[in-house]
This record gives sequence, C-alpha cells and structure tokens, in this order.
Amino acid sequence: MNTKVLMKGNEALAEAAIRAGLKGYFGYPITPQSELLEYISRELPKRGGSFIQAESEIAAINMVYGGAGTGERVMTSTSSPGYSLMQECISYIACAELPCLLVNVVRGGPGLGTIQPSQGDYFQAVKGGGHGDYRVIVLAPNSVQEMADFTYLGMDLADQYRNPVLILADGALGQMMEPVIFPDYNPEDHKVDHSAWATRGKPNDRDHNVITTLHLVSEKMEEVNLTLQEKYRTIVQNEVRYETIEVDDADFIIVAFGLTSRVAHKSVELARAEGLKVGLLRPQTLFPFPTNILSELADRVRGMLVVEMNAGQMVEDVRLAVNGKIPVSFHGRMGGIIPQPEEILDRIKLVYNVNEMETA
Amino acid sequence: MSAASEGIQCAYIEDLDEVWARPSTLIETTMHYCPGCGHSVVHRLIMEVIRELNIQEIAIGVAPVGCAVFAYHYMDIDMQEAAHGRATAVATGIKRMLPDRMVFTYQGDGDLAAIGTAETIHTINRGENIVMVFINNGIYGMTGGQMAPTTLEGSITSTTPSGRDLAMHGHPLKITEMIAMLPGAYYVTRQAVNTAKAVRKTKRALMNAFKYQMEGKGGTSFIEVVSNCPSGWKMTPIESNQWLENHIFKNFELGDIKTPPKE
Ligand SMILES: Cc1ncc(C[n+]2csc(CCOP(=O)(O)OP(=O)(O)O)c2C)c(N)n1
Repeated sequence: MNTKVLMKGNEALAEAAIRAGLKGYFGYPITPQSELLEYISRELPKRGGSFIQAESEIAAINMVYGGAGTGERVMTSTSSPGYSLMQECISYIACAELPCLLVNVVRGGPGLGTIQPSQGDYFQAVKGGGHGDYRVIVLAPNSVQEMADFTYLGMDLADQYRNPVLILADGALGQMMEPVIFPDYNPEDHKVDHSAWATRGKPNDRDHNVITTLHLVSEKMEEVNLTLQEKYRTIVQNEVRYETIEVDDADFIIVAFGLTSRVAHKSVELARAEGLKVGLLRPQTLFPFPTNILSELADRVRGMLVVEMNAGQMVEDVRLAVNGKIPVSFHGRMGGIIPQPEEILDRIKLVYNVNEMETA
Repeated sequence: MSAASEGIQCAYIEDLDEVWARPSTLIETTMHYCPGCGHSVVHRLIMEVIRELNIQEIAIGVAPVGCAVFAYHYMDIDMQEAAHGRATAVATGIKRMLPDRMVFTYQGDGDLAAIGTAETIHTINRGENIVMVFINNGIYGMTGGQMAPTTLEGSITSTTPSGRDLAMHGHPLKITEMIAMLPGAYYVTRQAVNTAKAVRKTKRALMNAFKYQMEGKGGTSFIEVVSNCPSGWKMTPIESNQWLENHIFKNFELGDIKTPPKE
C-alpha cells in the first residue's frame, strides 16, 4: 500500500535504503545529515541489517569497502568535510569495482564552513575527488520524493555496474519536509549475483576471490584503467537522466540541479509571465552529464544561464557541452545562501540580449 | 610425479607418517619476502591453523598496506586488500555482513600502530569478533626502512639517521599493552617466530585465537608477533635474530598479556 507520508529528506532517504534491502550502514555524525544516521540506527537493526556509528568517516567508508566486498547492500552518508575524509577509500572502492551507496548532504565550504546548504562539492563529486582516474555515478535529487527514488535507483545502478553511486543532496533537501510515496520494491527482485567476485569464503570448487587495487605491473594497471573507462563509457551511454521544463519553445535556458533547480523553476515562471521564452534543464545525473541534450539545445537557443550554490562548477561542464556555440553565463551564491527567483530573473534579463561570450 | 609411476619406491614412501608438508591452504609459489623475514613464517602458520580447523571455506582475510600487501598471493582463501591502516575497519564491514565467517586481519606496525591507530583501538573497543595478527618488525619495511612507531630508542632508520631520539620522535609505542586494557579485547598475546619453539608457541596462540572466534566468545583476539626485518635493519637473518633476543625482547616482552576468563 503506497500511502503518502510527510518526511524529512534525510529520513525519506534512510527509509528508502532500508526498503531497498540495505544490510549494512556505517557512518559518523555530521550536520546536516545526522537524521539519516539516527533514523537508520533506530530502524535498520530491527529490520535485518547492521548499523555502526564508526569512529570517523575514514573508518566508516572502509567498513563500507569491507561490507561491499561481501556483495551485500551497504552504504554510508555524510556531509562535506566527512566526504573529503572518505576520498582515499572511494578511490579504492571505484578501482575494486565494489557496489555501494554514498550520500553527501552538502554544506557550505571550504573548511568547516557552514551547516547551511551548498553545492560547493560538485567538482569533488563529479570529477573524482580522490586520486586516480575513476568516476562515481552521481545522482542529484531536488525533492524529498527524489531523495527516496534515487536511493532505490542508486542501489540498483551500484549493483548493475559494480560502481559506487553518490547521492549529492544539500542541507535544505536533507532537512525539508515534503510528502513522499515509497514505491513497490522487493529487494529480492533486484538481487544481482555477485558470487563470481565477492569474498564470502572460498568453496572448494572455485579459486579464491581477491579484492585488491594493487597492480604493480604498468601494463596490468593500464588494463584495469581501460576496463574502468570502458565501463564509464557504457554508463555515459545508458544512464544520463535529466528533466526539462518549458524548453520546447524556449530561446533561453537555465541549467540548474538539486535545490537551485526548484528556485530556477520559479524564475522560469516569472520570466514567462514577462514574455521571455525561458526554459529549464535540470540534470538528474551529474555523472553521467547530460552533454548531448545541452549541445542540441545550444543549436536553437540564444544563451544559457547556469545557476548554482557555489562559485561556478557545473558551469564548466555546460560550457564544454555547448562548446562555444552560444554564451553561457553563471549566477551563483555561496556560504549557504539560496539564490532567489527574482535575482535569477534579473540576471536573465541582463544576459538575454547579450550575444558575445561571457566569461562569468 | 604420480604415485604409480614411482613404482616400488612409492610403497616405501607411503609407509611413512607425514612429518612435513605444505598446508593445502598455502598456495605453492615463491614468496616475495626477503630471506630470513618473519612474514612468511607467520603466513604459513595462519594457513596451517586454517587447514587444521577446517575453516578454509569460511575464512576471509584482510591484507594490509605494507610488506604483506600480497598476502593474498599465498593464502588460498577469499581475501580483501585494505587501504593503509584500515584493515580492521574493512574486517568489521565483512564480519558484520557475514557474522559466521572467520575473519582476520594481518598488519604491520606502521599500518596498525601509526596510521591505523584509531581503527585498531575502536575495532577492539567494539569487541569485534575477529582475529588481529600484528607483525611488529620495528620498521617500515615496504617503503624502505623508515622509523615505525615501535622502533626502539637509538635505532638507526632511514628517517632517524642519528638513531631514534625520544625527545624528537617520541617513544616506542606499546600498543599491545594499550589495547589489552580495553574490555573488548578477549585474548592478547605477544609471540615471536625466531626459534622453532617460538614458532610452535605462535601457532598455538593463533589456534586459540581462531577457536575463540569460532566459539563466538565475544571480543577481539590480538596476536602480536615480534618479528625481524633483516633488509630494513641492515643485518643478516642470523644477526637480526640475535638482535631480537638481545634488544627487542627486552622492550617487547614475550608472553600472554590478557587471557580469556577461566570458565
Ligand atoms: C595513505 C598511505 N600512506 C602511505 C603509504 C606508503 N606506505 C606503504 S607501506 C608503508 C609502511 C608499512 O610499514 P608496516 O605497516 O610497518 O609494514 P611492513 O612493510 O614493515 O611489513 C607506508 C608508509 C600508503 N601506501 N598509503
């Protein structure tokens, strides 16, 4: 029975994870994601899983590594400084191709920063964050409903591609309450057979399974890299997700993800009311990035404005996709400040008629 | 060569009791360890114990970053290789997902007592029902002989060229005594592998530790093996064993530090 319930984003994500068959959660408290860990500490042990409040984010992510290596569904969640601490092991997880779900409920940085919402971790999330050439699949919800939906999706993608999946939220999405409906989902129907590689004890009839990321012979290490890159190409081909709002007749596009996309949606309405044909493209996956649709849109609109809660990070990927065909402007707020629809509208008006390339 | 092709000689051999054989759990290959190094002996002992307890199918090992990083080349069981210092966190993740498996870590002094100190203490403080094998060779072997937390005062390493100066580098860390204080530590012992007798005692300690885990007595079993590093210490294997007897054991006394409560 799928009834609507009112929940915080963090709690909806936690509940969805348990319903998706979560077996192990390892985390460390940090605002603004602590409700997630608290919810799981309360619910998961009752519902067949194991919860550990680790001694640090470093320990937590390494527990995820160990747990993921058994093929069970495991996750961690944190906020920006904690996600920074996890980077070494995320690189290991990506290299060893272990499926797991990561959650970063981003707060304003750099440094200890602020506990207010931010999108300042885009580069870290999307470009790797740790050492070496690897990618994490990055999902960017913009509602409490998507906090839940992307949790199921993330667990499935992690299992399918044997790759870490990150839900990149922010402090506001984690804290705000909205109605959410949990879909029908039976974890048994989504089980992936990991027995070929998982370390669960070696039966007599197979070689021992080893999870390692050490390949001292250069040719072997390059081969591992090529295999990873091949997988990332498949992910780019198959897993791009985005939402478009009023783009069909638009001659100007706002690009925004997560919380800012909701503000930008309002700005689209305001612009339309004034007769400006503005549309919105919202990437739901940040890796893989919706490059093709942006490139197509660039052929038929006069300009784009990227709105982020940072100093301009995703805008670089939008400019790469657009490849100089049209001007791409940027509007950002930092420090935990959420841009207002009106200031975005003002910015649109400023650049709507500008044809030459803007740099920032 | 098959037994049949050996003809009459074979019948003669079959009459003998087996006194020495490679345990089937130890992969037949050349080890990368330097001559005289204790790592290979301890590898073999763990694999003997796993064979004798008949737990190969349920054993999962965690290899460290350090000279033993390739432990999985030799141990014929499922294994994971952990980031530097994080072996016990990885083992915790495994054990919590598969509580009926026999999980152990194998770590050097840099791994367990420097970069991984927090994981070491908190894993034991949670009383994770795993076995921790701690190879204390007083040096960073893999990276070329730098000071370890356990390096003795005055010892010359590549980062203590004038010898370890306590005022500058701090004191040799007796982490085994420290963790023995934790309620989560069930069995804590310090052993060696420099003599046949020491090898037998270490094997007995490993046997106990794995049995405690099987019995699920609750708590972590911790076996320190005070070992050598002839290459890092710039000694012959024999000199390094003498050094153990004359210097190291005086600071790291062998024997049980915490034994399970009598029933
Ligand atoms: C995060 C990180 N820091 C440093 C290193 C380099 N490193 C590899 S092994 C090692 C020391 C290992 O010494 P120990 O744990 O005593 O084991 P041994 O090699 O002596 O057996 C270091 C510092 C690394 N691999 N990862």
